[in-house]
Amino acid sequence: MGSYVPNTLKERDEMLKEAGYTSFEDMFSCIPDEVKLKEPLNLPSGLSEMEVARKMEELADKNTVFKSIFRGAGAYDHFIPAIVNSVISKEEFLTAYTPYQAEISQGILQSIFEFQTMICELTGMDVANASHYDGATAAAETIPMCIDRKHKTAYVSATTHPGVVKVMQTYCFGSNTKLVVIPSKDGLTDMDALQDALDKDPEAACFYLQQPNFYGSFEDAEAIGEIVHAHGAKFVMGVNPIALAIMKSPRECGADIAVGDGQPLGMPISYGGPYVGFMAATSAMMRKLPGRIVGETTDNDGNRAYVLTLQAREQHIRREKASSNICSNQDLCALTASVYMAAMGAEGMAEAARQCMAKAQYLRDELKTAGLYPVFHGPFFNEFVTNCPVDDGKLLDALAKEGILGGLPIADGSILWCVTEKNTKADIDKLVAIVKEITGKGGLSYESNF
Amino acid sequence: MNLIFEIGKEGRGLSLLPKCDVPQTDLPEKFKRTTKLHLPQLSENEISRHYTKLAGRTHGVNDGFYPLGSCTMKYNPKVNEFAASLKGFTRLHPLQEEKYAQGALEVIQMTENSLAEILGMDSFTLQPAAGAHGEFTGLLLIKSYHTDRGDTKRTKIIVPDSAHGTNPASAAMCGYEVISIPSAEDGCVDLDALRDAVGEDTAGLMLTNPNTVGLFDKNILEITKIVHEAGGLCYYDGANLNAVMGQARPGDMGFDCVHVNLHKTFSTPHGGGGPGSGPVGCKAFLADFLPGARVTGTPEEGLKLVGAPKSMGLVKEFYGNFLVVVKALAYILTLGKEGIPEASANAVLNANYMRVKLSKKYEMAYDTTCMHEFVMDLAELKHRTGVSALDVAKGLLDYGIHPPTMYFPLIVHEALMVEPCETEPREVMDEAIEALLELYDTAEKDPEYLHGAPHKAVIGRPDELGAARNPVVRYTFED
Amino acid sequence: MALLFAKTHEWLNDLGDGVAAIGISDFAQNELGGLVFVNLPEPGDEVVMGETFADVESVKAVSDIYSPVTGTVLEINEELLDQPELINDSAYDAWFIKVENITEHADLMTEDEYKAFCETEEA
Repeated sequence: MGSYVPNTLKERDEMLKEAGYTSFEDMFSCIPDEVKLKEPLNLPSGLSEMEVARKMEELADKNTVFKSIFRGAGAYDHFIPAIVNSVISKEEFLTAYTPYQAEISQGILQSIFEFQTMICELTGMDVANASHYDGATAAAETIPMCIDRKHKTAYVSATTHPGVVKVMQTYCFGSNTKLVVIPSKDGLTDMDALQDALDKDPEAACFYLQQPNFYGSFEDAEAIGEIVHAHGAKFVMGVNPIALAIMKSPRECGADIAVGDGQPLGMPISYGGPYVGFMAATSAMMRKLPGRIVGETTDNDGNRAYVLTLQAREQHIRREKASSNICSNQDLCALTASVYMAAMGAEGMAEAARQCMAKAQYLRDELKTAGLYPVFHGPFFNEFVTNCPVDDGKLLDALAKEGILGGLPIADGSILWCVTEKNTKADIDKLVAIVKEITGKGGLSYESNF
Repeated sequence: MNLIFEIGKEGRGLSLLPKCDVPQTDLPEKFKRTTKLHLPQLSENEISRHYTKLAGRTHGVNDGFYPLGSCTMKYNPKVNEFAASLKGFTRLHPLQEEKYAQGALEVIQMTENSLAEILGMDSFTLQPAAGAHGEFTGLLLIKSYHTDRGDTKRTKIIVPDSAHGTNPASAAMCGYEVISIPSAEDGCVDLDALRDAVGEDTAGLMLTNPNTVGLFDKNILEITKIVHEAGGLCYYDGANLNAVMGQARPGDMGFDCVHVNLHKTFSTPHGGGGPGSGPVGCKAFLADFLPGARVTGTPEEGLKLVGAPKSMGLVKEFYGNFLVVVKALAYILTLGKEGIPEASANAVLNANYMRVKLSKKYEMAYDTTCMHEFVMDLAELKHRTGVSALDVAKGLLDYGIHPPTMYFPLIVHEALMVEPCETEPREVMDEAIEALLELYDTAEKDPEYLHGAPHKAVIGRPDELGAARNPVVRYTFED
Repeated sequence: MALLFAKTHEWLNDLGDGVAAIGISDFAQNELGGLVFVNLPEPGDEVVMGETFADVESVKAVSDIYSPVTGTVLEINEELLDQPELINDSAYDAWFIKVENITEHADLMTEDEYKAFCETEEA
């Protein structure tokens, strides 16, 4: 059996006596008998480290690890520089708590300040936190930031990742907030429907737009932002941090708040977590921002110092009047993202973004020759939707057999594909060849109407 | 020291990506970034050294004693990290078909079942990503239950005044009015105050047991009965589970739903504040409301993901912080049915050992057997010498010891809350006891010295007032 | 100018024409310590005697400010939003709000009565 208790049985006995107890039972007499556990827990006996390691390896081996991944939809398989893992494995970062004691937490505090700066740079914003569990919860937490006595209804585009919409809906069920989904048209937000909805609602609080959207397409964010602002509501954008290296930042699009999932910034896909949600805003929204914020100041000798600041917004002080209960600060993941961005640099991230786009375009073109045609036609980043003329299960199984995780089947027989800089031309060609076998398109060059 | 933006040179960088092997494309002008993106320009060597310096300015559990009350800063075992680094877990896409992720589903099922046994619950969800997120999820279970029954008049959640700030904040996020009830003299729930507070509008009670002053509430069965008789549900905040796991179960105390912190009780690292994991458990009658996809079936016949019939929805994308769950499972497998109560018994022993030795000089807020943590009250010392809990905490920094939690719970005004954890050797606690006793003497002899502490840290006390009045929350680039 | 004081440490200054200014006392600002932010209502909002109408933040605390009168907010001191330290510097110049249409007010103390009251509070 394993144990992490260092003190020997003899030491424990001595300590019990010194603390005034005759035995552990004596010490636990403060627990009433009626609720004391009478039987041992119904769990297996403890294991040695070797057994645990083997058991965990067995479990890991029951999963299929794909050599190449063409599926995104909220979890993206990007290249991770080796330095990232080396830095985040440092025990000081791994094992510390939230940096409440500034004098011995300068390392963590400074790293968060640097993360805040990098996220502000990507988004074009003035202030950022490092607190959210993932992109979806960050998106949900923007709603209470925008709600006040005069602004009560939240809006979200139907082109948003469905998981994000669901999380927003669940949070709104909690806070009794009305959340309205604006429909899509041709894979983009229906701007007329948005205009109509906001025209009819003098109490619109905010509109959430994902860019690029769930289908990978670029939305006309600036025009949408203008509609939203014309109705006195806040414009919130959900963004892909790697795309931001080459794309117009949310600030340039007029957003008041920008959120997103930091997973593409050096975090493995890890069956969905842990990731980090980032949130950045204009300075006007600074005091509405939930979670931990690090500020620069000086110590009593005038040296540069970092502290958790603007704390009176938070739950430990405002309690039920706080706008959020968030207490974590997703620091290790934020650190991961910082090291990733430092290693890639602006040019490296831009190159990764450009390769994502170019390779996605290449796959899309090639899939046409295999009989899978794009469903939407505007510009897109690294994801796109095609139809699927054959049974998608059969297609995906054929790919899986060759170590390829194909795109994600979404509603009505279409597939959402994703390509990153990690997918080589050879990977893409292999994928397309397998698809051709299944669709029976042979090696024919096929000119489509699309 | 320099910020990462103040080192390096224009043009430096790493060689990370190969040349693009497909035809280049161009982003339409309309979508192109027009502002410069400032990110560091550094060699790998410079990055490595920068973060090594930052690590040197950070105190983790591995750097020394970390008796931060209510945070359970126990040792984070390495076999857990090994398990979480396996490619079969890290290279797994969350939307992989179930048949390609059977091992992951088995990890989830094993962890859920183990937690259900330890907490005395029937079902668990691993979706919540932190303790506060677990509270939110647990309260949504309560809200879903009342809503489903058409019982819409239940709009109030009762929270003791000694509770963590997240409790009332979570209740407010769930649209509830918070009724704060005062604690009794002994720091436990005031039964009369509770009886007065409950009624037809009571949705539920949120409670930590052992409570936030480190005492096991002996009236626990009476407390949960009072709430149930009023038609409310009882929520157990698992913040202090490390004191009782394997000794007593919230399910047997009358609680209907719970959250646990894998990053406290189940030894996963805190990571400077996250990522954590806050699984939520419930009795069978609440299971239909759980969020997200639920693992069903057996490994033999194949595990499947199925949504609960009346699910509240999703509180997070996917299945929670999966790798944190992997680490917790490795821990549970290591300890097993013998190791779990051994851990809690020694956590409680270590706390009482320190409590008794420190009470030679320090006044205890509640001078009785504590559970895994205890609260010292420095009000008398402050009144007499001017040395506050903050000063003593800062003085401790010079001994290389992370201070206890300060000024919590709020019902003790000059509180220092000490939680040693079971993973500390006796001599480490002896050193900390010595240090605290010495600081007590220093407070009496040289209070000025402690007002100026710490004296050996990399910075002195920071100007928090200035930081809050004129917030500088990002670096500004010259161009 | 004769200020009147509430037991919850707000001052009230009758400006004539049915308008009164409200702020917090020097004793209060001293107890609260350095202030870093003030949340104020909006002009046109109703304030109710004995109920909170604003809050002030110090580094690690937030405190509610109670209205000594019932009435309508005529004007708020926007300067305080950017410079909350004005309250610490000169509590009796740093008015929070001006209120009109006053329909009721709390039992208020004179400056001397308030000083005596604070002495008992301190003890």
